[in-house]
Amino acid sequence: MNIFVQLTVTGLTNGAILALAALGFVLIFKSTGVINFAQGEFLLIGAYAVYVGTVAAHWTVGILLGLLVAVVLGVGVERLILRPLVGQPIIAVIMVTIGLGIFLRSVVQIIFGNRPLPFPDFIPGGSVNLLGATVPANRLWGIGLAAVTLAVFTVFFTRSRHGIAMRAVADDQQAALTMGISVRRVFAMAWALAAVSAVIGGMLVANLIGVSGGIIEFGLLVFPVVILGGLDSVPGAMIGGAIVGLLITYTGGYVGGGLQSVVPYVVLVGILLVRPYGLFGQVRIERV
Amino acid sequence: MATATGVYHSTYTADLALRHTRSEHARLAIVAIALVILPFLATPYWLTVVNQIGIAAIGAIGLNILVGYTGQISLGQGGFLAVGAYTSGLLVGDLGLPFPLAMVGAVLMTALVGAFFGLPALRLKGLYLAIATLAAQFVIIWVVRNWDVVTGGTAALAVPAGELFGWTVRGDFTWYWIITGCAAVAALAATNLFRTGLGRAFVAIRDQDIAAEVIGVDPLRHKVLAFAISSGFVGLAGALTAHYRLIVTWERFTLEVSILYLAMIIVGGLGSVAGSIYGAAFMILLPAWIQQLGQSVGGTFPALSRNLPAVQQAAFGLVIILFLVFEPRGLARIWQRMKDYIRLWPFRY
Repeated sequence: MNIFVQLTVTGLTNGAILALAALGFVLIFKSTGVINFAQGEFLLIGAYAVYVGTVAAHWTVGILLGLLVAVVLGVGVERLILRPLVGQPIIAVIMVTIGLGIFLRSVVQIIFGNRPLPFPDFIPGGSVNLLGATVPANRLWGIGLAAVTLAVFTVFFTRSRHGIAMRAVADDQQAALTMGISVRRVFAMAWALAAVSAVIGGMLVANLIGVSGGIIEFGLLVFPVVILGGLDSVPGAMIGGAIVGLLITYTGGYVGGGLQSVVPYVVLVGILLVRPYGLFGQVRIERV
Repeated sequence: MATATGVYHSTYTADLALRHTRSEHARLAIVAIALVILPFLATPYWLTVVNQIGIAAIGAIGLNILVGYTGQISLGQGGFLAVGAYTSGLLVGDLGLPFPLAMVGAVLMTALVGAFFGLPALRLKGLYLAIATLAAQFVIIWVVRNWDVVTGGTAALAVPAGELFGWTVRGDFTWYWIITGCAAVAALAATNLFRTGLGRAFVAIRDQDIAAEVIGVDPLRHKVLAFAISSGFVGLAGALTAHYRLIVTWERFTLEVSILYLAMIIVGGLGSVAGSIYGAAFMILLPAWIQQLGQSVGGTFPALSRNLPAVQQAAFGLVIILFLVFEPRGLARIWQRMKDYIRLWPFRY
């Protein structure tokens, strides 16, 4: 039971981070139709930006700096790299985000080096007794913070003007244009918001494993998450994140043998073959 | 030179010819002569580089058949290379087959594995397929790392030097001829493939799969065939790596390798056999150039030489982005434009 509770908390933390990364991915795909292979690097850059601000001044400065970097990065990428590729085949879009990821990762490595840096903890440490198991408090805080962020994003999409505009563009670009919505601005906003959710996710990872290149690992796990949840579904990203996070931790805890690194991808292939649009995605797959 | 107004064919034989003009024949002769002279002039370092380019070119041609000509995206190249390398290495090491036979075995085995992982292509297109082949990459490497009894797991697999009729094949100079020969055959085979009905069917599927089906191309069969043929080339490249380096480790076949090969065909030119070779050469030479640059300016910019691997990676990413944004059709297209410029000079329109 103790082990089960511990694994569940660990899995849910990983799941929360994955959900935040996947949320950014889904946002970009939903409104612009671009698959962002650089999502892991967005997490990485967010973590480093928050780290620099926190070390230099205070954690509030760190978070502000992180958000600023995220917005600049997101909008810049959309303007300079993705816009010239409109109308190109899908392989070009995939490869340009892969190239972007490699470039960002290396630049971070040139600036900060290879060694993992300890993240200054602004989330309270210590441990909590939960159902007879000892659980690190920062993981519970992480889950809470991620849940709040995801809730804020959900409210944004359902209630605010901009959120509804984004959903309109995702649904039908031409109809949105005739209603006076600036599709360009929505694209820029989608990238900026994706980067923002990646900053929060990156901050949480950094708090758990330190600031290092290892953060990128979470970027690739986004694919099983979004395929499971549905590529264009925000609730799918959250539930998919939780399922994949738990799956990895349970496999690692109960089975072991490195199997946890491959299980998400096996699930991914299974889902693709049986239900390619995921649990909550819109059924739009063309059959040939 | 071609005639000033263009190239005309009056027979079907002429239309089907691989090379149409005298200048194309002359260029082929120059390249052939250069390839024969090269190993006698090159330093040992450059000979190694050229051999790497040859192997990479075979793999890139294979990937281009799948991605560039058939339009099926694959992120599993590294895994398929691993299948080729391990199969060939194990056939020689454990079963004692002569290495050319082992290489044939590796080609067949990789084609089979490729066809299996191509099965999702029957239901999936575009980015879904890309993500499915990403899974192939992870699954193959996981099998290699955990099937200790056969592959030696995470430890390196030593491959005995290739022997043929009691003569041991070793050294860069000997391997140059084998690799260049294989690369030439691969290039010729791929070029010819797209003059046959099968190759045309691949292109039809890439351009419009529904229309292709309407005119009688069976998409299911051809997609799996494209995966198999492409993986066969890739398996050959993997097998050559195993026997050339005499050592096989899983670290040489990671996702980064898949991305490297995709970068080669993008930089070279999607849907172009010659482009695959240009791209392979460019992507192998790029880190070498940066290394030399780092050594020559290392005194003035110590930060550059200290972070050399990261700088090489950054340049790699930047090259992919710049090519896709400014010349999505790659080096093959740039070369074509240069030829046109000279042919039409001084008249431009």
